Amino acid sequence: MLELLWLVVALPLSGFVILATLGRRLPRAVATVIGVGSVGLSAALVIGTGLEFLSSVQSSASFTQHLWTWFQVGRFEASVALRLDALSLVMIFVVTFVGFLIHLYSSEFMADDEGYSRFFAYMNLFVASMLLLVLGENLLLLYLGWEGVGLCSYLLIGFWYRDPANGSAARKAFIVTRIGDTAMAIALFILVYQFGTLSIPRILERAPEVYAVGSGIAVAIAALLLGGAVGKSAQLPLQTWLPDAMAGPTPVSALIHAATMVTAGVYLIARMHTVFELAPVVQMMVAVIGTATMIISGFSALTQHDIKRVLAYSTIGQIGYMFLGLGVGAYAAAMFHFMTHAFFKALLFLGAGVLIMCLHHEHDMFKMGGMRKYFPVTFWTFLIGGGALAAVPLVTAGFYSKDAILWYTWSSDKGNGWLWLFGLIGAFITALYTFRMIFITFFGRAKAKPNHSPGMRTQLPLVVLAVLSVVAGFVYLPETMGHFTPFADLLHTVVPAVPMEHVAFSTELQFQIGTALVPLLGILLAYLMYIREPWAAKNLAKDRPRAGIYRFWQSGWGFDWVYDRLFVRPYYYAARVNRRDVIDALYTLLARITQGLNILLGWSQTGRVRTYAAGIALGVVVMIAIMVFA
Amino acid sequence: MILVWLIAIPIVGGLAAWTAGKAHEQASKWVALFTMVAEFALAVLLWVRYYQAATTSEAGVWLIQWAVPWIPAYGISVRLALDGMSLLLVVLTAFVGLLSVAVSWSGITRRVPFYFFNLLWILGGVVGVFLALDLFLFYVFWEMMLIPMYFLVGIWGHENRVYAAIKFFIFTQASGLLMLLAILGLAFAYDAQTGTFSFNYADLLEAQVSGAYGMWLMLGFFVAFAVKLPAFPFHPWLADAHTEAPTAGSVILAGLMLKTGAYGLIRFVVPLFPEAAVTFAPWAMTLGVIGILYGAVLALGQRDLKRLVAYTSVSHLGFVLMGIFAFNELALQGALLEMICHGLSTPALFIVVGILQEHLHTRDMERMGGLWASVPRMGGIAMFFAVASLGLPGLGNFIGEFFVLVGTFRVNAPAAVLGSLGLVGAAIYSLWIIQRAFHGEPRERWTLPDLNVRGMLVFAPMVVVLVWLGVYPQPVLQTTATTLRGIRDAVTGTVQYDPLNHRAVLPAEEAAVDTVAGEEGR
Amino acid sequence: MADIPVEHGLLVSVIMFSIGLIGLLVRRNIIFMLLSIEIMFNAAGLAFIVGSTRWIQPDGQVMFMFILAMAAAEVAIGLALVLAIYRGFNTLDADRASRMQG
Repeated sequence: MLELLWLVVALPLSGFVILATLGRRLPRAVATVIGVGSVGLSAALVIGTGLEFLSSVQSSASFTQHLWTWFQVGRFEASVALRLDALSLVMIFVVTFVGFLIHLYSSEFMADDEGYSRFFAYMNLFVASMLLLVLGENLLLLYLGWEGVGLCSYLLIGFWYRDPANGSAARKAFIVTRIGDTAMAIALFILVYQFGTLSIPRILERAPEVYAVGSGIAVAIAALLLGGAVGKSAQLPLQTWLPDAMAGPTPVSALIHAATMVTAGVYLIARMHTVFELAPVVQMMVAVIGTATMIISGFSALTQHDIKRVLAYSTIGQIGYMFLGLGVGAYAAAMFHFMTHAFFKALLFLGAGVLIMCLHHEHDMFKMGGMRKYFPVTFWTFLIGGGALAAVPLVTAGFYSKDAILWYTWSSDKGNGWLWLFGLIGAFITALYTFRMIFITFFGRAKAKPNHSPGMRTQLPLVVLAVLSVVAGFVYLPETMGHFTPFADLLHTVVPAVPMEHVAFSTELQFQIGTALVPLLGILLAYLMYIREPWAAKNLAKDRPRAGIYRFWQSGWGFDWVYDRLFVRPYYYAARVNRRDVIDALYTLLARITQGLNILLGWSQTGRVRTYAAGIALGVVVMIAIMVFA
Repeated sequence: MILVWLIAIPIVGGLAAWTAGKAHEQASKWVALFTMVAEFALAVLLWVRYYQAATTSEAGVWLIQWAVPWIPAYGISVRLALDGMSLLLVVLTAFVGLLSVAVSWSGITRRVPFYFFNLLWILGGVVGVFLALDLFLFYVFWEMMLIPMYFLVGIWGHENRVYAAIKFFIFTQASGLLMLLAILGLAFAYDAQTGTFSFNYADLLEAQVSGAYGMWLMLGFFVAFAVKLPAFPFHPWLADAHTEAPTAGSVILAGLMLKTGAYGLIRFVVPLFPEAAVTFAPWAMTLGVIGILYGAVLALGQRDLKRLVAYTSVSHLGFVLMGIFAFNELALQGALLEMICHGLSTPALFIVVGILQEHLHTRDMERMGGLWASVPRMGGIAMFFAVASLGLPGLGNFIGEFFVLVGTFRVNAPAAVLGSLGLVGAAIYSLWIIQRAFHGEPRERWTLPDLNVRGMLVFAPMVVVLVWLGVYPQPVLQTTATTLRGIRDAVTGTVQYDPLNHRAVLPAEEAAVDTVAGEEGR
Repeated sequence: MADIPVEHGLLVSVIMFSIGLIGLLVRRNIIFMLLSIEIMFNAAGLAFIVGSTRWIQPDGQVMFMFILAMAAAEVAIGLALVLAIYRGFNTLDADRASRMQG
């Protein structure tokens, strides 16, 4: 079974090839079978290989499948090889499983779209690239997947290509992430230069031998890798592309911009953890960036009207939590949050998608309201997802993963109280905006009527994901609640456990109670502001300075404004001004000078024979004079 | 003798196409097609036949050699030779040549026989350039590809063709004369050393002219090749020539002509003047970096789609220039791979533009838009090559650029870092093409047919080859490895080359032991 | 013969040459310009003869033969050109045939 690992990638890839070449001629049913089926088979294979892998975990705890030698120049070589270990297993499980559910959902969501097969072609290519990213044995293969998912993200954000706004959102996503990718590429140059290889296990093995902790090159490598991660995972200062990326179809937002691609940065850091451990400064940066992003995006999410933009900002914030976990060395907790987040955030997006689909593509929450009645399944599942996002204690997966991160932020040797405090504030805001969204959308007076009700293929994924949003939390229970930790045990075969002193049982319990209460407070406030006193929130943003702050948050803290003036406009201006190329002007000047000389000499050409004769005579006289007198 | 065939087939074919065209105009097409099929078959056969030999041969040993005296008094002979690098470039030439015949099938209506005569003679000249191993002969071929190209642009080009043709001619001719001077200077230097005249490459390699004289000679060669490449600041001819040329002309210009410049740098500049080349390397790399970034900015500013594509060449060939002057195997391999992949992806974009122009009668992007809806296949093809051009991993261009940057990073980290910013620039202009031409709402009501089967057949091989080079470039790398190692050794072996001189940040530390490098010399 | 000093002979030659040159420059009629050129030829020939006599060498006279032959050829071509110009421009004014103006 393990030998079939390559098929996990090959199935969606062949789905893409078939749909891309023949797609338009295939009937929709066939396209559906290929598009959804390839990912479904892939998911089944992952479960098969995963079970076999888990049952045969040995000391090495990894399985490498060498497919072919990519290239070899001198002593630098890279292979196309897949490597399965605990970390990549978790990732590919989420990617294929959630991916399959979203594909299934899309077959209804996109049913009436003219680009049906094109959509599934892109989605399959995305799944294949994402799997390659995760399974790549070397960083170059990882980079291949990394850019591949970026391309698919571009293609799918701009899927409805007729609207130029979608196109520019798509280009923004690709270009902003590519800035991060370029930093990452430079990190690869350094790694090749230093190690002569890009094989991840070999680098991780050699790095601690070669570099002392905090050595300059290690810091440089880690910082550049962080640049790549920040771009892909939409963290400060490259977070601006993700809210705009909501221009794509909703399943795309669920799969790419919530569950999988945007967490590639988290995966990268977890994967290269040894390098980050060697650069404590950068690892601290990871935590700080994560925390700052979480706070900033939280306030932005509070002020959005578009339901998908709320979710987008919340995704940025939740990835901020994962970064915080990575930064304090709680890799397993970060990956745990990745997994639960993939479930509940995909669920929330798909739920929002149902509303959008059935309400004539309406995105504005304030034009919905009271949707509880029309969409009972969607409401209950959305509520579960929202509860998980807000981390409602004990019953939701989100609570366990967020609690793990916050607890380690406090207790890890690399964490500190400030980070913990901000993390807690972030949790409060998360609960507040989540339930603001739920109350506005599902409660109150209905302002719109759905034109049809969702079908089986959209409801089923919602239910499955809702179940997962609850039960997924029970695979990593903290010490205070039974200490049942198969998830962490599995991941600790790849990443180190959190470095910490032993802390008293009661301390942990106290912190957990705090972590549990804060979201409840947030929900309470949301209830007061949006159900009890529906006008309170509006009045709050009425006055001059507060309205300004409201708009400032709504616009994502003005990052777009600044970048636009600092980079985008000057670049386009330079390109436009120089359309005719100044260098060319220099050569044209040379040509003009030559022409001028030509005109000057042309005057001597009178056309009269007698002038020439006089010229000859004069010339002869001058020459003789020179010969005689000189 | 087979090498003579490689050159003779297009030349004789060109004459035949001209004569046949006098009897019946359509006949010249078929003659040209047949000629290029034969040439391509021969080239591929050669590759298959000599693949083993190329991978295992010693550096500096030619796979095939052929020579007869021409003007013995001055040591001039007709000397042709083939090694891995020229083998690969000949295959590329035959392929792009075939392509250029295919795209001229229906678009050319005036003076068809003379057109195909010129087309085939250019190709003959290009093959000659890649095979000639006598500098005098090299110069002859160098000029031979120039003049038919001048006619091609000047007669069958678009609105502003005469201006573009003359500009192209003056740039290349003036720089070619500098090269002629340098060739003569080198021959004189050899004469002064040994008392005999020779234009033989192998003899002149022994000359090893150093000092200021060597520097001037090197610059003579460099300028000629840099104009063809085109390196900043010798690029202005390119935009006009590419834009005004007929589609096949642009295909050949981008696919082959530019490569002759890079080939010249690798084959002549570096081995003949290693010392001067090392001294000049930081400057050359700087020009490369400026080319990468400046080309990207220029491309973005254009409204004319064809001009945009033309300027992307400046950016891509900047990588090639940078890679060549990094003097290590990885960078040289990258440069060569980039040459080949650029030789496939950019002509493809030119063909797309050509088809659009044929139907829309404009190249102005402001008037396009929304074409995806009416021509989805062409949109997909354009998307593929735009994405190849922005260096997406998994396609050949990425491997080329990555190798160049990694190789450059070892000797000149700042150049590599700045050069990698070109990846961002490439993303910006490539996606701009797609956005402007294919996405968005249609700005005017265009009706144009999508690609038919024949159209797809033209693109399919390029798609396949680019993917192949992206996921398994090893056959290409192995074919050229011996040659390129020889070039590298020419530098590291004869000159005390200290890469640390312009290595900026990273001290070698203990890791240097483990670097790929080993090859870096001392 | 010997009484005539070389200077006198040369002086005559110079005068003749100047007359020819001035004639060439001031006359606009092509026929007269041709005549002026003939005078200049003869001036040059005279100078050769004088030199030949002074140094008692035959070379100068040989040169004069050449000049004679050349003058004859020049007249033939010149008159042909004159006819062509006359046909083309309907005039013998040299200044009117100035299409080559730059």
